[in-house]
Amino acid sequence: MALRGVTCHYDGPAVLADVDFDLRRGQWIGFVGPSGSGKTTLLKVLLRTVTPTHGSVVAESGLRVGYVPQVELVNWNFPVTVEEAVLMAFRTGRRRPWSTKAERTAVADGLERLGLGGLGHRHIRQLSGGQQQRVFIARALLADPDLLLLDEPTSGVDVRTRHEILHLLGELHDGGLTIALTTHDLNGMAAHLPELVCLQGRIIAQGRPSEVLTSAVLEETFGAPMDVLEHAGLPFVIDRVSDQLAERRNRSA
Amino acid sequence: MDWLLEPLQYQFVQHALIVCTIGGGLCGLLGVYVTLRGMSYLGHGLSHAIFGGAAICAALGLNYLAGAAIWGLASGVAVTRVTRRRGIGADAAIGVITTASFAFGIVLLGLYTRVRQSIDATVFGSVLGVSTADVWVIAGVSVVTAVVIALNYRDFLFTTFDPEVAEVSGVNTARIDALLMLLLSFAILSSMKVLGVTLIAAALVVPPVIARMLTHSFNKMLVLSTAIGATGGFVGMYLSYHLDVSSGSTIVLVNFAVFAVVFAVTGRRGLRRVAHLDEHEPAVV
Repeated sequence: MALRGVTCHYDGPAVLADVDFDLRRGQWIGFVGPSGSGKTTLLKVLLRTVTPTHGSVVAESGLRVGYVPQVELVNWNFPVTVEEAVLMAFRTGRRRPWSTKAERTAVADGLERLGLGGLGHRHIRQLSGGQQQRVFIARALLADPDLLLLDEPTSGVDVRTRHEILHLLGELHDGGLTIALTTHDLNGMAAHLPELVCLQGRIIAQGRPSEVLTSAVLEETFGAPMDVLEHAGLPFVIDRVSDQLAERRNRSA
Repeated sequence: MDWLLEPLQYQFVQHALIVCTIGGGLCGLLGVYVTLRGMSYLGHGLSHAIFGGAAICAALGLNYLAGAAIWGLASGVAVTRVTRRRGIGADAAIGVITTASFAFGIVLLGLYTRVRQSIDATVFGSVLGVSTADVWVIAGVSVVTAVVIALNYRDFLFTTFDPEVAEVSGVNTARIDALLMLLLSFAILSSMKVLGVTLIAAALVVPPVIARMLTHSFNKMLVLSTAIGATGGFVGMYLSYHLDVSSGSTIVLVNFAVFAVVFAVTGRRGLRRVAHLDEHEPAVV
């Protein structure tokens, strides 16, 4: 997919301004930036649910796109079992309300593949955070997409679940899937993703985490001073301790 | 036995029993989608909006059923569209559009006194006027509703659960929304004669809420809600005859009695489900 000069407005100033971006087959990329930086809008432009006010979006014909929404926006009290939640996305052109054995087998296989075997009859709320995320990834994978888009897949989850989700996405990427996701989580992404885009209404930087995660780029993206350390060959982002705070700490010590 | 058979000697009671049972089941079925969309107030609002359409048609001397159906559909679509505008919730959209329509009907009633006679039964509900034609109308509406829902089962479920992803996945969510509003308008129209404008909302909301307390499967909720609605309609109509009170009230009270029993039996488990029926909560184990 290619975005050329894409600008998006809602009611006020531009959320995205004159963005050029290419998403190539086999990429695994993360959009990072603070709230309001246009990450989700960019994802929705790629999804074609938001139409840019200026610019164009070019997509390969027949491109199949899977989408995993923010789990925080899911109605967890909706009466659906895991199997029903995945089955509802099965679009084979059949119009009968009941599922065929082949469909149920495909869903069971998809759940098994993502480590959810045997959980099909549970209510979606009766799963752990990582399992819940995997249900929606399983649903998106059911259409055998070429491109998987995820909105904040690691938001609101603990460290172990974050690792679990990013490892799973890594395996899917190794299997040939193109993946793009949005996130606030700089260090988690630096450790797992091969490529990042820093966004603040426009693209500030794009490249490998070690190239992109620099103090200058992060300050321009987040509007706050940050330091970047190196740990096990990977960049590690921390808040910069101001001179005033350091002095106060020294005094109290 | 006499208690059961005696009312059946009157044809209007036979008709009313059929309409109440089918209408209760129909409202129970559609109510599942209404409550799960967080639009429990929609049935109440739509029945009032339809009143406006019925009043206009009566004033113009047109068939009030056809006019009210079109008016109901237009109001439902308008509510859905306004709800999707950022910053306006479903409750506010329903409040603005449907009360305006209701007020319009009231104004027309004031201006054209001859309208009043044909509208009164619609507002308060009556079993006396239930004709063979009414039985055929509600039977037809129920068959059409069942067929439309069966043929679009996954699209209805997907649009109700997750409209954004449904749209991305190729579901025409605007068409599904319009279909639901159309079915709802016809269901309200065909059953409002016995239930009455003011009580029809309960027939749409109470059965699905009871069903939700009993299951966490969508398929089962649909079946249970339809069965509870139909049973409430049938029992309520019998009670209405024997107690000599309005059918709409007894049907709602029977449904409420079932709600109270299920609520007590399912305890905190049921309470939790109902309390969060319309909420969007973060992922919690």
